[in-house]
Amino acid sequence: MADVAPTNPDTLIANGDPTPAIRVRDVVVGFGSKIILNGLSLDVRRGEVMGFVGGSGTGKSVLTRAILGLVPKRSGTIEAFGLDLAVLAQRERRAMERRWGVLFQHGALFSGLTVRQNIQVPMREYLSLSQGLMDELAMLKLDLVGLRPDAADKHPSELSGGMIKRVALARALALDPEILFLDEPTSGLDPIGAADFDELIATLQKTLGLTVFMVTHDLGSLYSICDRIAALAEGKVIATGTVADMLAIDHPWVRSYFHGARASQMMPPARLT
Amino acid sequence: MKAEPEVTSDRAGDALLVRLSGPWTIGGDRALEDAAAEIERAGERFGSAIIDLSDVTALDTAGAWVIDRARARLAGRGVAVDVRWANPRHQTLLEQAGWRPFEREKPARRGGVIGLLAGVGAGAVAVLRDFVRGVAFLGEVMTALARCARNPARLRPTSVVFHVEQFGFRAAPIIVLINFLVGCIVAQQGVFQLSRFGAATFVVDLIGILVLRELAVLLTSIMVAGRSGSAITAEVGSMKMREEIDALRVMGLDPVEVLILPRIIALVISLPLLTFLADMAAIFGGLLVTWGYGGLSPEIFMARLQSAISLNTFLVGLIKAPFMALVIGMIAAIEGLKTEGSAESLGRQVTASVVKAIFMVILIDGLFAMFFAAIDY
Ligand SMILES: Nc1ncnc2c1ncn2[C@@H]1O[C@H](COP(=O)(O)OP(=O)(O)O)[C@@H](O)[C@H]1O
Ligand SMILES: [Mg+2]
Repeated sequence: MADVAPTNPDTLIANGDPTPAIRVRDVVVGFGSKIILNGLSLDVRRGEVMGFVGGSGTGKSVLTRAILGLVPKRSGTIEAFGLDLAVLAQRERRAMERRWGVLFQHGALFSGLTVRQNIQVPMREYLSLSQGLMDELAMLKLDLVGLRPDAADKHPSELSGGMIKRVALARALALDPEILFLDEPTSGLDPIGAADFDELIATLQKTLGLTVFMVTHDLGSLYSICDRIAALAEGKVIATGTVADMLAIDHPWVRSYFHGARASQMMPPARLT
Repeated sequence: MKAEPEVTSDRAGDALLVRLSGPWTIGGDRALEDAAAEIERAGERFGSAIIDLSDVTALDTAGAWVIDRARARLAGRGVAVDVRWANPRHQTLLEQAGWRPFEREKPARRGGVIGLLAGVGAGAVAVLRDFVRGVAFLGEVMTALARCARNPARLRPTSVVFHVEQFGFRAAPIIVLINFLVGCIVAQQGVFQLSRFGAATFVVDLIGILVLRELAVLLTSIMVAGRSGSAITAEVGSMKMREEIDALRVMGLDPVEVLILPRIIALVISLPLLTFLADMAAIFGGLLVTWGYGGLSPEIFMARLQSAISLNTFLVGLIKAPFMALVIGMIAAIEGLKTEGSAESLGRQVTASVVKAIFMVILIDGLFAMFFAAIDY
């Protein structure tokens, strides 16, 4: 049987485990006659922050959902930690789901639960911690994502868009996952909030050894925290690499994205290093 | 065997050396909590303690939290605690996810008799509010109607036709079926019970009057309340939840006029038509059963029916239908607009809409019965 026990980030980083955290090969996903992902391949290495860019509606969310098993793929393989997700048994699948945290594009908070209960949902589902510790951990997560304690007893309908993103991140972090999937985490945040968010993700990534897969439009995030970037167009990953690599790619969309007016404002070398 | 967080303690001079080992992560579950409690228990009896993290194989925010919480709690009891030999990553984690107090005011809770009385009072006020809101809403609907009457282009005929199809046309099969069955049942019981008095032919009077005056319109209204009333509440409610109603308002559109009026008009058109179908279906069901089970030929049935009922028997049922439709539509809309942000609240409003609508339908039917009896119609 494959070993799905949580691995230890410390030894992982020390040994430089070669199996990628996520390995996508030749994946085809479509709805009806429309093909969205057409033979897409991608590796996300352990411990890296991968930024995933692409025009609106090119299928970034669809790829994320396909990796998570939320939309069916027509062909290809998707592996997480070296395990093919399509062939995992129910129990292994649950163990795997415990190892990842997901921040959905629109937050997907449970509207009937308070913020604190939302964060505790995964803890309740998988663990048998005392209520006292769960409350403390929920408050700690809230504090980590930069929310005030009085948000804890609010319902999602009483939160602003930025707060929803933060609570969703706190919930994604509830079980201290190994991989974090973030679908446009900073869209809808003010620039300062977005920078804070980036910094938070960078800190968590460093201290917890997280692997982060981040769909984003935010050039600031790409420049400041992403180790590598993958660009999606025409249903395929057309380029992967660092920001510097991206600048050298000769594809119309990549060029206009990384050489556009907004990008050149980001360019002062201070941010590039 | 899965590795678990462990605690061993030794005396080192007058201090205690607490050695932590294994993975201190949330995956440890209860064992993590127990191990943290163990640190506190061991440290309690000493004046100072050193927590040694050098053998900790993995640490996450939960682990850092419980370790630092143990440290803080011991410090609170006057034990000087020193956390040492953490590797740099663990050190940062301990700082990031270190212990901190969270003060949070607990919501005041009223218990016992006072809470009960407060609940009863709130319930009574809510009933009154519902009534006032209903009347106010009727006013809103009527003003919207008046505005549209002056300018018929605003009536949104496409929307009305669409909803007549949804609420009327698509409901026809199930309503015909139900009323056919009820007609059969009434006929069967009528034949069975009345034949004991040798009055089997009166079954036609029974079916005609009961079905046309009461049953068809009542069953149809209840069915429509459950089928279309709930749909209206769910639609309006989810639009309210996603601020779509607010979006209409800021565009200068009146949600009552745009969303609710077409639905209510569609109901007012559909329900009488459905009631007519229901009448026919139930009488047809009655005819078949009296023929097959009671041995009464269709010719006799029709002749008897003609003498038993008059046009007003038929109209009594039909007159009620538009009023039922109005009440169902209004309750559905009001409940939908009451929806708050959560999915749970939407569910609650849909339930309330159906229950209130069915209750009101039956109540109105009773009032009409008294009214028609009083005017001898
Ligand atoms: N459930 C679905 N059914 C049909 N089409 C879908 C569905 N989900 C996404 N799509 C289509 O897939 C394409 C990619 O969507 P998405 O991944 O959400 O874009 P983005 O890259 O902006 O996240 C879009 O054209 C969208 O219309
Ligand atoms: Mg998307």
